[in-house]
Amino acid sequence: MSARRFTGGQTEFEVEANTVRRMIAELDRRFPGLGHQIDEGMAVAIDGEIFQDAYQAQLNPDSEIVLIPKIGGG
Amino acid sequence: MSKHHVSTTINGEPAEFLCEAQQTLLDCLRDELHLTGSKEGCGSGDCGACSVILDGKLVCSCLTLGVEAEGRTVTTIEGIAEGEKLHPVQQKFLEHAALQCGFCTPGFIVAAKALLDENKNPTEEETRYWLAGNLCRCTGYDKIIRAVLDAAAVMRGENPPSPATR
Amino acid sequence: MAYDGESLKVVGTRPIRPDGVEKVIGRANFGADMVMAGMLWGKVLRSPHAHARIKSINADKALKLPGVKAVVTAADFPEIASEEAFMGEGPMNFRDLSYNCMARGKVLYDGHAVAAVAAMSPAIAEEAIGLIEVEYEVLPHVIDVEDAMKPGAPVLHDDLFTQGVEPKPSAASNVAKRITFTKGDAEAGFKDAEVIIERKYTSQPVHQAYIEPHACVVSAGTDGQCTVWSSSQGQFMVRAYCAKLLGLDMASIRAIPAEIGGGFGGKTLVYLEPVALALSQKTGRPIKIVMSREEVFRGTGPAAGGVYEVKLGAKKDGRIVAAELIVKLQAGAFPGSPVGPACMCGFAMYDIPNVSIIGYDVVSNRPKVAAYRAPGAPNSTFGTESCVDELARALNMDPLRLREINAARDGTKAAHGPTWANIGYENTLQVARASEHLATKLGPNQGRGIASGFWFNIGGESSAACHINEDGTATVVEGNPDIGGSRASMAMMAAEVLGIPYERVRPVVADTASIGFSFLTGGSRVTFATGMAVTQAAEKVVVELKKRAAMIWDISPDAVDWRDGKAFPAGPNAGSFEPLSLAEIALKSGRTGGPVSAEITVNAQGAGAGFATHICDVEVDKETGHVKILRYTAVQDCGRAIHPSYVEGQIQGGVTQGIGWALNEEYVYDKNGRLDNAGFLDYRIPVASDLPMIDAVIVEVPNPRHPFGVRGVGEVPIVPPMAAVANAVADAIGIRMRDLPMSPPKLRAAIDDEEPPRLAAE
Repeated sequence: MSARRFTGGQTEFEVEANTVRRMIAELDRRFPGLGHQIDEGMAVAIDGEIFQDAYQAQLNPDSEIVLIPKIGGG
Repeated sequence: MSKHHVSTTINGEPAEFLCEAQQTLLDCLRDELHLTGSKEGCGSGDCGACSVILDGKLVCSCLTLGVEAEGRTVTTIEGIAEGEKLHPVQQKFLEHAALQCGFCTPGFIVAAKALLDENKNPTEEETRYWLAGNLCRCTGYDKIIRAVLDAAAVMRGENPPSPATR
Repeated sequence: MAYDGESLKVVGTRPIRPDGVEKVIGRANFGADMVMAGMLWGKVLRSPHAHARIKSINADKALKLPGVKAVVTAADFPEIASEEAFMGEGPMNFRDLSYNCMARGKVLYDGHAVAAVAAMSPAIAEEAIGLIEVEYEVLPHVIDVEDAMKPGAPVLHDDLFTQGVEPKPSAASNVAKRITFTKGDAEAGFKDAEVIIERKYTSQPVHQAYIEPHACVVSAGTDGQCTVWSSSQGQFMVRAYCAKLLGLDMASIRAIPAEIGGGFGGKTLVYLEPVALALSQKTGRPIKIVMSREEVFRGTGPAAGGVYEVKLGAKKDGRIVAAELIVKLQAGAFPGSPVGPACMCGFAMYDIPNVSIIGYDVVSNRPKVAAYRAPGAPNSTFGTESCVDELARALNMDPLRLREINAARDGTKAAHGPTWANIGYENTLQVARASEHLATKLGPNQGRGIASGFWFNIGGESSAACHINEDGTATVVEGNPDIGGSRASMAMMAAEVLGIPYERVRPVVADTASIGFSFLTGGSRVTFATGMAVTQAAEKVVVELKKRAAMIWDISPDAVDWRDGKAFPAGPNAGSFEPLSLAEIALKSGRTGGPVSAEITVNAQGAGAGFATHICDVEVDKETGHVKILRYTAVQDCGRAIHPSYVEGQIQGGVTQGIGWALNEEYVYDKNGRLDNAGFLDYRIPVASDLPMIDAVIVEVPNPRHPFGVRGVGEVPIVPPMAAVANAVADAIGIRMRDLPMSPPKLRAAIDDEEPPRLAAE
């Protein structure tokens, strides 16, 4: 996805964070600009459940986090 | 350009209005008489949302000129119920949840009443073909057809079970 | 607090909706039913060209026509910098939205708004737009998605460089972006496959075709305060977009939701409201604008059409080991097709170890696409579910069995990344397997097709209030336009929590000044997210009612229970008091602390995924190419059906739209890029005589995130039908239709290709 342009093509990461907000901050620290991209256009799936925006959503140790395009609907 | 003066009967009451030659009966009902129950969905007689009964015949009011109502009788959705008493078609529409957004509903109810005035025992197929001139985008027609068939049963004196609770 | 299915008294029943009577007697007020004193009538002038530069606009003659009060063009709107945001039902660029509402510099499609007029009557406004002189420099245009992607195609935007491609292209093109999703190694997976099916499918843009055209009545005051009455899927969206496009602040705009005559996604953005406000500002009077049906088709967003290239690799035992999907989706005149969801939904029903998905968002000279029920998913699913059926035939396997073998379940990693939890796809397959429909036999030229589908459903921000009135009735206030009976469900959930009869709870859909922010109605979110807010508001009221009872009895609030709409002492130790009804407590509310009321805001996350499996029987008339739908069963996991009749209605409506998309609906353009079929006669949606009764079968796998277990239901039903119908046609006459719609002329041509017509001499 377009996020790849911030990460130089890397698509899997390990991050230390216990909330979504901290995870985004850490990814933005490693790849400047990625934080805004995630904030504006992406949703976060935590262990299979989709969070469209939730800075405070809790991440458990070994949580599976997947970033996907934000979803709308009709 | 001076307007035309039209004297007519709407839902059993004498009514009069002024209109320009090109104004449709639908325009006159909505904009001159403030009877906004009849809807414009297409303006070209394809969707049936403007259905009214003119001298006993089901017509699209968007294809009828306002001046054509002179001296004639018009029944609109506002005249289907008798005071507080809903017509069986209206009651069954509610019980069957035969409306979702409700925009096509006035047209369907007028068209269904016209059907049942003519045919007391229509089959499902006859009902579907009679109502093929009324477009609905929300319901897929299933509950509408069930409601009309049940209303016909009620009007024949039968008592079909209702899907509604309370 | 989760409510147990067994003990529910109101939820799950089928009461009459509270707004029902006013709708069946024609008294409900939709967008065009409003009048404001002193109002003028507005009309929009639209481009007759698919692609042209606007050299000049001269409104002198129009302004001189008696009764004309003002003309607006793009010059009357502030310039907006390009700004990407996710504010509506998809990626949104406010500059593009502004240009779409009123063209600036260029017109990009037949029907693009160029100017607007305010006059004393609709007839004068109509005459006036004919007097506005626009000088165009006509440019070459491009309509079809693959044509728009070719090098040398006319380029719509000279600042559009494809995102998602490295290195960044040096030349502008019509490809706005390229996205990819990868799981495992598709190339290796295909090497391992014993059977490979590779096919190309296409579909055309289709319109949401709501029966109510867009309409609004607005009033802008000289102090900047505005009232906007319009039918839309979200009054807060209307407020936000008008504020953005006109440079106003949000508190100055009061957006009032009219009853809405259908939306399906097509009314999740604005077209008329900003234009009407600009006219109102210029004239100092209220303005009413109503679109004609032709304007709706020419000027408002359809769903995207596109190309879907699908490749499946499987073992002979039916396990799919590799899959590939390439989606090219039309965005219309500005970027923003739902290519993301299209990519993610196509294989969502399956557990496939190796998947490669590529999607392209492509602009061309057509109206900018808008959302339409599960945007993107029906498109790609038509391709993938047709291909799964072709694979089943190649394997000589029952198509339902092939799906059972490869079904996604809890713990499966989806092609787009997340691992599924709490999904009910297999339940829908089981119910389909056991259905009476599947057991019935078919006759000559009759066929049966099966297809599945998925939609995410969303949650989001909602506000709701619950007020107890002095007589013990309750008013529930929420901010979501009711497009399918949702306000009945709100009243039912509140009644369940409060323990009072449904008839004593009245729901109200309020304007932007009267309830907290609520995200728009769409994405199958209202019963889930707004229902959550309503439930929590009612629960907070119950806590307060228990406190008031405790005060009346002079005991601790912990010692009070609430059941069946009454307060009870929790046990014999609490005291022997007669139960207090809600009405009795309400009467004393002044003395016990004041009004009993609660307002809640939520940002609901974890919306439950929706899956469905459909079975469709058709009969093909080989002489005319006409396809008749004989029978249709739609099995869908709905979590919990609050009002089963309205859940069934959503399923039946979505199925019907899918059938129209499959069989007849498409935009027909002439060689100048002008729309030929801008009306309901030639844009053929299903009518009552086209269809049988539609069996909506509700499966309930509760979503643990919602107090009643609700999953969104409205969008999933439109996802499987196109493939279900195509698969049924293939089963009936052995001809595979890969290009939608499967209209009679196309079916006849395909039949002729298969069986050359007999000569007259025979």
